[in-house]
Amino acid sequence: MKLVTAVIKPHKWEDVREALETFGVTGMTVSEVSGYGRQKGHTEVYRGAEYDIALVPKIRIEIVVDNDDADDVVGIIVKTAQTGRIGDGKVWVSPIETVVRVRTGDRDEAAL
Amino acid sequence: MDGYYAFMLIATALVLMMTVPALALFYGGMSRSKSVLNMMMMSYVAAAIVGILYVAVGWSIGFGGDGIFFANPFELFWLDGVTTDAYIGVMFQMTFAIITVALISGAVADRMKFSAWVVFTPIWALLCYFPMAHMVFSCTDDSLICGKIGAQDYAGGTAVHINAGIAALVLVLLLGKRIGFGKEPMRPHNLTLTMLGAGLLWFGWYGFNVGSIVFGGESPEADMDQFFAETGRTFGNTTLAAMAAILGWLLVERFLHGKATSLGAASGIVAGLVAITPAAGAVNLSGAVAIGAIAGAVCAWAVGLKFKLGYDDSLDVVGVHLVGGIIGTVLIGVFSTSDGAGGVDGLLYGGGIDSLVDQILGVLVAIVYVTVITTIIGLAIKYTLGLRITDEAEVEGIDFDQHGETAYDLHTSLSSSGTGVIAAATKSEGTHV
Repeated sequence: MKLVTAVIKPHKWEDVREALETFGVTGMTVSEVSGYGRQKGHTEVYRGAEYDIALVPKIRIEIVVDNDDADDVVGIIVKTAQTGRIGDGKVWVSPIETVVRVRTGDRDEAAL
Repeated sequence: MDGYYAFMLIATALVLMMTVPALALFYGGMSRSKSVLNMMMMSYVAAAIVGILYVAVGWSIGFGGDGIFFANPFELFWLDGVTTDAYIGVMFQMTFAIITVALISGAVADRMKFSAWVVFTPIWALLCYFPMAHMVFSCTDDSLICGKIGAQDYAGGTAVHINAGIAALVLVLLLGKRIGFGKEPMRPHNLTLTMLGAGLLWFGWYGFNVGSIVFGGESPEADMDQFFAETGRTFGNTTLAAMAAILGWLLVERFLHGKATSLGAASGIVAGLVAITPAAGAVNLSGAVAIGAIAGAVCAWAVGLKFKLGYDDSLDVVGVHLVGGIIGTVLIGVFSTSDGAGGVDGLLYGGGIDSLVDQILGVLVAIVYVTVITTIIGLAIKYTLGLRITDEAEVEGIDFDQHGETAYDLHTSLSSSGTGVIAAATKSEGTHV
């Protein structure tokens, strides 16, 4: 099992969710996060005072999937969330040892 | 004059609305989310304190007789001898005292003890605003700015805006800068509130300027003619100055900083209205556009001075009210026309330099008087009660420290299940959160 974590632009979130659902992903965890990458935030000017806003709002999606599906899910997220401009975000995959469904006690693949 | 009386009832309510809630919204939106309630509370509590004090001695100090700096505080104490048919005039002037004190609060955002504000408010009104109102608005023979110097001030360029602006400057110098000033971002937390506040201020300003008409009193017919002619002039000038100032501010910030901003438009409205306040009766429509545009442009530049000079005037009371007030008051000497309320031509209309000198003198007297009095009051509070909250409380947020409240409850549970994104995700899965 793999954990796919994606950090994407907030306005792309709905497109990504729809694409993943079409593919067959049944659930995910989503959080509103902030951070920065190579674009180093942005500047805002209020009454002439320029502020460096280091943290840019992003959406983080976490999905636990079968090993076989991981590449497809990553591909869908990248394809859907891409705008080609700076700040599109990152997707990474990490191994998962165990998953338990809290309601039933099912473990691993049965719990996905 | 039935129409005038009915109009004054509405004008008075409009000016009170400028403080509660318009100014509170204008300032509250510009402050940080951890300070918005304290910011708004300073306006609300100023209204309560100054309003009652005005009935006690404010009216009497302003209008209870003659005097250079003030009239007899006990002549009309608690409106003794004032008949109820004259109350609306008292209430109208009361709303001016309230907003002048409330204006100062924008400068001290995030860090002034609420108790210090509650003590400062009545003392400053008593020693600074009520005398200034006498010097400017009572216009008795001996009154310094109107009677002796003869400077024109239709609705309060000196008595309200320069007065509040100087007091703000003195207070921030005594208070010191906010923690992180010039280093950390101190962004306005809700500019929609600020836009709403600026719009309400504009609306209320018609009560402020147009309601400030003073009649010649020769005959009822002459007064009625004056009412029609002068209210049209002040209404028109107030409107056009605000419009010109929006454009002036936006143009300057577009060239200096690259973008025309909503905060710039809101600020421009206020800067233009501040500048036209003293000049509303004196100039014609062209003069109003000129004064508005100049005020908008100059104030857009002046709000940056605090970073260069290093004083933390948090919401730019100095940059907007002091600078705008000086511009409007002084430019009467340039743009006034003899068919206006003051009856003199300014420099541009062949009236010579006399009026301009009077206006500058009036401004200087206001600046000196308010600086001296406010410094004494500020120092007295600083070394007794203390002006500032603790560093820890300031970082954590003045709302919680001083009022035990926070303005916004955005995350209603630990799981953050109240956010829109989570709600959308669970809805599509057909489960219930």
